Amino acid sequence: MVVKLYGQVTAACPQRVLLCFLEKGIEFEIIHIDLDTFEQKKPEHLLRQPFGQVPAIEDGDFKLFESRAIARYYATKFADQGTNLLGKSLEHRAIVDQWADVETYYFNVLAQPIVINLIIKPRLGEKCDVVLVEDLKVKLGVVLDIYNNRLSSNRFLAGEEFTMADLTHMPAMGYLMSITDINQMVKARGSFNRWWEEISDRPSWKKLMVLAGH
Amino acid sequence: MAMKVYGDEMSASVARVLLCLHEKNTEFELVPVNLFACHHKLPSFLSMNPFGQVPALQDDDLTLFESRAITAYIAEKHRDKGTDLTRHENSKEAAIVKLWSEVEAHHFNPAIFAVIHQLIVVPLQGESPDAAIVEKNLEKLGKVLDVYEERLGKTKYLAGDTYTLADLHHVPYTYYFMKTSHAGLINDRPNVKAWWEDLCSRPAFLKVSPGLTVTPTTN
Repeated sequence: MVVKLYGQVTAACPQRVLLCFLEKGIEFEIIHIDLDTFEQKKPEHLLRQPFGQVPAIEDGDFKLFESRAIARYYATKFADQGTNLLGKSLEHRAIVDQWADVETYYFNVLAQPIVINLIIKPRLGEKCDVVLVEDLKVKLGVVLDIYNNRLSSNRFLAGEEFTMADLTHMPAMGYLMSITDINQMVKARGSFNRWWEEISDRPSWKKLMVLAGH
Repeated sequence: MAMKVYGDEMSASVARVLLCLHEKNTEFELVPVNLFACHHKLPSFLSMNPFGQVPALQDDDLTLFESRAITAYIAEKHRDKGTDLTRHENSKEAAIVKLWSEVEAHHFNPAIFAVIHQLIVVPLQGESPDAAIVEKNLEKLGKVLDVYEERLGKTKYLAGDTYTLADLHHVPYTYYFMKTSHAGLINDRPNVKAWWEDLCSRPAFLKVSPGLTVTPTTN
């Protein structure tokens, strides 16, 4: 029986899980939850995810939500299959965790409201908070400088191999790169740009983009 | 050599790490970092955490930052002693621990942090709290706590019947929150209140909470 992923294939958090499945060669079935009609807020989905968000998974009678927890579970369950996303030694795994946490606390806190204001709100016919976006871009620049420095002496965020620390950034990066100003901010940072070009060249990313209709 | 934690006991993020060390009965040395004098922004500290925030951890030649990556490392390194904080022997239970840890990170923390930031940090910087930000985030926090109230009606702790990192990560900011005039958000939800009182009864908490000395303005 294949794992069922409830979500919309164009949404960032389901994409995080899909990338994990693709890196590990795990079969899956996507069950579409339509975000444009707020299906994620309806009672049937709230039973799967009480916060009314995607994704959620069902694997037999095992159920889980929170994309980073799901990705980690499958990376652990299939540790010996496909890409090693978790890290090798205890210390390496801690460095992977560290940079995965950086994605949550420094990167996503800026990337998410930027994407919501510049991509999602226009789709829903809502007004963008222009002042907020300008402030977020300044803060993002500071954070990207730190990443740029890290990636000038490390091929990937946690060292010489691609791990969950890199994967977890990819969905939001995909969105950010479609925004002209942010695209330029990325290209202006040589090592960061090199890293993005390398990871977005991975077969898993290309397959995901096909699934998402690009 | 004992692990070194760089930071100040009054920092919630540092307290998160200290709670974990005490739960694991692990020796450590707390190396003070003077936050008011901005020592966490000096090059010597930035070489440990380029984001210039406490805590940082040194364990032999490993340097780590991000409090929840540090707690995960400590819990894994000392998996066979002290409290089982990760349910590591069962991959599905471990995933549920990770799930509720993610809920803390993405749903609980942004709301509670915004309130604490306005009521504690902003006044320390000589400014007035933004009532609109407080109100908006109290509303968000209330909705999150509604989910917790239902969850904790089914399980004693967030990830199941035992205390794990999923509960521990909540403790420092909740402690500060309970000092504000908005403690009712916790106290008015019987399951959440019982859970919180249980977390406060733990020996590790009793060792760490005296260090959480900052007080909020009455707002």
